[in-house]
Amino acid sequence: MDITLIYYLVPAIIMFCCGVYGFITRRNMIAMLISLELMLNAVDINFVVFNRYLYPEATEGMFFTLFAIAIAAAETAIAIAIIINVFRAVKNVDARDIDKMKN
Amino acid sequence: MDFIIPLLILAIPLGMFLLLGLAGMKMSHKLAGVLGTLGMGTVLVLSYFTAFTYFFSGNPEFISEAGVRLQSVIFNQEWLAFTPNLVISLGFLLDPISAMMLIVIPTISFMVHLYSLGYMHGEKGFQRYYAFLSLFSFSMLGLVVATNIFQMYIFWELVGASSYLLIGFFYTLPSAVSASKKAFIVTRFADLGFLIGILILSYYTQTFDFITLTSDPGAAFASTAGATFMGGSVLTWAMVLIFTGGMGKSAMMPLHIWLPDAMEGPTPVSALIHAATMVVAGVYLVARMFPVYLAVPFSLDFVLVVGAITALYAAIVACTQIDIKRVLAFSTISQIAFMMVSLGAARPEFHECLGYMASMFHLFTHAMFKALLFLGAGALIHAVHSNNYTQMGGLHKYMPITNITFLIGCLAIAGIPPFAGFWSKDEILVAVYSYSTFWGVWMTLVAGLTAFYMFRVYFLVFWWNEPEYHHRPHDSEWTMSVPLIILACVSVVAGLIPFGKFVTWQGHEYIIHMNWVVAGISIVVAVIGIIIAGVLYLRENDRPKCMADSCRWLWTAAHHRFYWDEIYLFITHKIIFNGICRPIAWFDRRIIDGTMDGFAIVTNKASYAIRNLQSGRVQNYVLVYLIGALLLAVITAWCLA
Repeated sequence: MDITLIYYLVPAIIMFCCGVYGFITRRNMIAMLISLELMLNAVDINFVVFNRYLYPEATEGMFFTLFAIAIAAAETAIAIAIIINVFRAVKNVDARDIDKMKN
Repeated sequence: MDFIIPLLILAIPLGMFLLLGLAGMKMSHKLAGVLGTLGMGTVLVLSYFTAFTYFFSGNPEFISEAGVRLQSVIFNQEWLAFTPNLVISLGFLLDPISAMMLIVIPTISFMVHLYSLGYMHGEKGFQRYYAFLSLFSFSMLGLVVATNIFQMYIFWELVGASSYLLIGFFYTLPSAVSASKKAFIVTRFADLGFLIGILILSYYTQTFDFITLTSDPGAAFASTAGATFMGGSVLTWAMVLIFTGGMGKSAMMPLHIWLPDAMEGPTPVSALIHAATMVVAGVYLVARMFPVYLAVPFSLDFVLVVGAITALYAAIVACTQIDIKRVLAFSTISQIAFMMVSLGAARPEFHECLGYMASMFHLFTHAMFKALLFLGAGALIHAVHSNNYTQMGGLHKYMPITNITFLIGCLAIAGIPPFAGFWSKDEILVAVYSYSTFWGVWMTLVAGLTAFYMFRVYFLVFWWNEPEYHHRPHDSEWTMSVPLIILACVSVVAGLIPFGKFVTWQGHEYIIHMNWVVAGISIVVAVIGIIIAGVLYLRENDRPKCMADSCRWLWTAAHHRFYWDEIYLFITHKIIFNGICRPIAWFDRRIIDGTMDGFAIVTNKASYAIRNLQSGRVQNYVLVYLIGALLLAVITAWCLA
């Protein structure tokens, strides 16, 4: 059986949708952050796969993915820092209770 | 003649206004009053000197070899040069009438300055009062010596402004405030006509200059031939419109309504502005432009008819007023109307424009005796603390000086020889009779009424029955008595001045011949008026009340000034406000403001409606973002497909 493009894209899209679902429904901000990582990784998979199957001679997709992973790491660090500070301020990490910016 | 002294005549009052206006608050009352009076005294001396030089020096600048008095421009400084044709100058013109006004204005103004030292003693804003008096004197002097019609217009507005300031001097009284507004607005309407008239006249003649306009009206108006507007020639319209300005200032019907209310101002101000000087500006304007008016006979007839109707109206109303200042105000309107009638009846074919000279003569004598009467009324009000004759009576016992001077004023205005009013009024009657017997009889009747209403006031105030006085009335201090005595002396002798030698239409001297028929009639009519007044009002009795009751409607109508104020109120409030102002206000508020408010309201409501979307919950935002992104993707895909 041939492993074609679609075999990679379907798990990636499932991962992405799980990430979106988790981001919208989970109450804990750490869980939201994990969902965010899930979406990012789904996109990374797409990059690599498109590069490999559509333009095998090019390497931009691979490098872009490496950059994305590095930036995602930095972003996660910042997000964790923000979450820790929010927790210090309100003793809570539930996204639904942090609604001071409403109206 | 050197220009220094004429320039000083204008500069001193202006400088005094600036000094007292800016530094007055730092001065004591006394210093400000004395400074103002001394300044006016200097002007008095300088203008007497100027007028004397003009009339008696025999300088060829002022009088030709044939004995004709000339118009002499002392200086004329170009002020605003818009285009080569449109130049506005400020200058100083000496001719018989301006030289005469140079005697009248400083005399009355000085008397009023002196009198006010006593009358206004201790009033709040004393320095401001003197500053305004100086401003008024400056403006009035500038008006009479104007070399061109635009300069006259500028000073015309300045006297209007100072009149407004002085009527509203007691600005804490609502009645004074509304009176000053009324005076300002009514005269402003009239001045609109004046300005339009000036513009029409100068558009066709290409000049503002009085000498060019009046020396040869025929040539100046060659270009107006054939130009007509609504059935009248353009020139007629221009002259009638210019006269409208004079009607406003001189309180001719139907623009007279501001003058009686202007009596809310301090009494010396009424004497200076609303009796002797400013209100005769309209007469002066017609006299100044007289050759032009002669070129348009219709406009002179208009002046005559307006004057005659006003004279009778004001005389009737004066018979029923209770406030003595109101009586004097209506008397002023009536006497100014006399001057207007006299100008309107002046024609070269009748005694070489006798009416012109008579009108100026009456202006001169009227200024003296009317200022005297007003200052006398001020002394009465000062003593009794009321304007109404019902609070006065029997005052001849307490105030001998005021009594005698007031009596002289009344005799002068009634036209009893040898007092001043007789001579000038007689000239007016001769001039009117020679023009038209109908108007002559009319004006004789008004002269009789004049004698009646003045002596009605005199008897009611100084005789009649004595009311209860809270404190004994007495004559005023010397600053108030001296002007009364001086003006009374002038009122006795002013009529004997051979006026025909000084002020005539074309500068020729002529001898006044008394027309004893007319003079006899006017004396008889005046004496009858005085006798009727004496019978009715000398001692307390029921006759005046019976007479008033016998024709109650006429008395009521006259007491309410024939409802002119009510008519004006009806026209402005009911017709103009309801018919024009309210629809405009509605349009402004609903349509113009409404459109703008509509935008604001829609934006406001919309923001309220969508503010709940700002829940502050990150996950909601993400959901909305997701839905939006999906929709966009679907729409894009659908469009591409």
